[in-house]
Amino acid sequence: MVNKPELLVTAGSLNEIEPLINAGADALLIGNDRFGMRLAGNFSIEDIQQAVAQAHARQVKVYVSLQSLLSNDLLDALPDYVKALGNACVDAVEFNDPSVLMAVKTYAPQMKLHWNAEMTTTNYATANYWGRRGANRVVFARELNMDEITGMKGHLEVESQVQIHGMTNIYHSKRSLVGSYMLHQGRPIEGGSLGKERGLFLLEAERPGEKFPIYEDINGTHIMSSDDICILEDLHFLLEAGVNSLKVEGLLKPLSYNETVVRTYRQSIDTYMADPANYKYQEQDMDNIRKVQNSDRELTFGFFYKEQVY
Amino acid sequence: MEVMSQPKYTGKRYRLDKPELLAPAGNLEKLKFAVHYGADAVYIGGQMYGLRSNADNFSFEEMREGVEFARKYGAKVFVATNIYAHNEDLEGIEAYLRNLHEVGIAAIITADPAIIEIAQRAVPEIEVHLSTQQSTMNWQSVKFWKEEGLPRVVLGREVSFQEIAEIKKHVDVEIEAFVHGAMCSSYSGRCVLSNHFTDRDSNRGGCCQSCRWSYDLFEEAPSNDVWVSEEDAQDQEEVSASKNGVTPNPLFQPEDNAFTMGSKDLCMLESIPELIEVGIDSFKIEGRMKSLHYVATVVNAYRQAIDSYMADPEHYVLKPEWVEEINKAANRPVNTGFFYDTPDHEDHIYEPEEKATPYDFAGLVLEYNSEDGKALIQQRNHFKPGQEIEFFGPGGTFFKQRVDTIWDEKGNVLDAARHAMQRIVIKVDQPVHYFDMMRCKRK
Repeated sequence: MVNKPELLVTAGSLNEIEPLINAGADALLIGNDRFGMRLAGNFSIEDIQQAVAQAHARQVKVYVSLQSLLSNDLLDALPDYVKALGNACVDAVEFNDPSVLMAVKTYAPQMKLHWNAEMTTTNYATANYWGRRGANRVVFARELNMDEITGMKGHLEVESQVQIHGMTNIYHSKRSLVGSYMLHQGRPIEGGSLGKERGLFLLEAERPGEKFPIYEDINGTHIMSSDDICILEDLHFLLEAGVNSLKVEGLLKPLSYNETVVRTYRQSIDTYMADPANYKYQEQDMDNIRKVQNSDRELTFGFFYKEQVY
Repeated sequence: MEVMSQPKYTGKRYRLDKPELLAPAGNLEKLKFAVHYGADAVYIGGQMYGLRSNADNFSFEEMREGVEFARKYGAKVFVATNIYAHNEDLEGIEAYLRNLHEVGIAAIITADPAIIEIAQRAVPEIEVHLSTQQSTMNWQSVKFWKEEGLPRVVLGREVSFQEIAEIKKHVDVEIEAFVHGAMCSSYSGRCVLSNHFTDRDSNRGGCCQSCRWSYDLFEEAPSNDVWVSEEDAQDQEEVSASKNGVTPNPLFQPEDNAFTMGSKDLCMLESIPELIEVGIDSFKIEGRMKSLHYVATVVNAYRQAIDSYMADPEHYVLKPEWVEEINKAANRPVNTGFFYDTPDHEDHIYEPEEKATPYDFAGLVLEYNSEDGKALIQQRNHFKPGQEIEFFGPGGTFFKQRVDTIWDEKGNVLDAARHAMQRIVIKVDQPVHYFDMMRCKRK
């Protein structure tokens, strides 16, 4: 018998909590821009408290991103923030820097720890390393393929999380690259904001039609993939492999899109769990997602079936 | 007796511990030159688990020879095992690390905890240095790695002098920092442009430097309401019309340079006192893919600057010839990274890249005969009689002259030194030594 995996989705604001739960999310990932990274929205500590209250009332978990690469000056503010998250009964924090691990163990040891270093957690030994240091779960790099992910089974001493849908970060710099470029052009910061609401993107000459979203915030410059992962067709491989958490990344997507995606995966997971042996992928499920997919962004298998060289 | 511990970063011009000068060596020859020109330690890549899959990289036998050569100078050899491993990479790591130990490698530079653990268990004699790929930037994380048993942390390139001072104040562990060379403009390791554009895995050594490509920057037109929900749209046509109706705005003019993430190279030669006084234990030069000429020239300049400061901190002055020397071997504009401030529009390379270096490495001195003043030279680039050349060696020895007659080893006169590795003889104006180098201005 396979354990039922969790369906996790990012939430952009308090208004999105109920609709995403209604759509079928088992857990929500939120956070504050100061400590979190590439968030669908910015939650104050009061917002986080309220999100937890709403979610827990529906037996849904709330995770908070504490994924920033921290500088010394943020360390001073870290204990109070961690304590506040603990007091708010946040279920787990995602982290990317050992300083967060140490702070959570000291100030709110009841909270679970999810290691999420985006592109750099690539093998089970590293996952288990963070497990022995206190992490309960490890989020695998999006650059792993299906064989590598399913091959983790039997080797893992921690829970695993895999992104099944949405965009991914492909480049992160502490530099202000868009702002610097505009200064170089002599047209500083046209229109004020360079944030994610601005709709900035890059094109590369040999890849016409592939739009790479780019934005800046207090964590620097972020460049995102031009495609959206969609593993719906082969979801059963991840379910068979016992992946504990399946994540829908809702960054830069409207609520209605994320609701549709969550609802669709919810249905597929439930159908599979009810009768794994007779589960079959339904093409019409995919149509639900295609209908709301921005035609500029291709739905792909990401790196699940790519051969990479080095 | 109470020992007063005075933080190194405060006050002025204390006589401090001499930092290690750590140089890259892409192959055995470069290793020998780096060491001969003054590196206290070199880092190399083996044939597995390193991040420069295109470099020559060392066999174990070459490593052994390199270690023996370095030992004569009191220098150490480190190996970069700085990939983020995939499951398939794990099996051979232990045997590989045992081989590194057997050939005399002093330390490995590692990012992936999987490799750290294996090293600590299987070859505790080898030091494990935390790679910059972990982007360690705060003292608490440095402390974490120290408590994990690592004697040295290579900081992320994003830390400032002030932040390094705070880290040194809080944690007593060796700190290594890049002081010279090319830089990832991303947080190291936090970039998979290569994977997305060319299916080459950047975190396993396949980086194709997509950050230095040219891009066009656009913004979605404000009225382009891309995100129409299923409920809001009456039918599919309406969704499509709304998604595709408006053309994005280009944020560049035809005459503008393209957008790029490519950074200028780091050069901290002019900040040697600050680097030493803040307490950085190892000064790292980037460039396992760089030329012999580059490595020898850069090491030579930093060696002289460090030695000069250590000999007399109060009266230290930067010599312009150190900077001039480096400029002869470098092909990119330089800056000071994050040491003083976050890089801005003056710190990126928007103009076309990769200009040639202003000088060519023309030859290598193999022998010198003090009786007739002739030197046996191994040719590394074309040169001919009448051309101005420069000789330089460790410690800043330097002179210019014109090439007079060129002979082959049998004494036949040649019209030019045309062939790579050809052994030729010329008269030199001043004594030269094995390992001295000869360069000429690129035409």
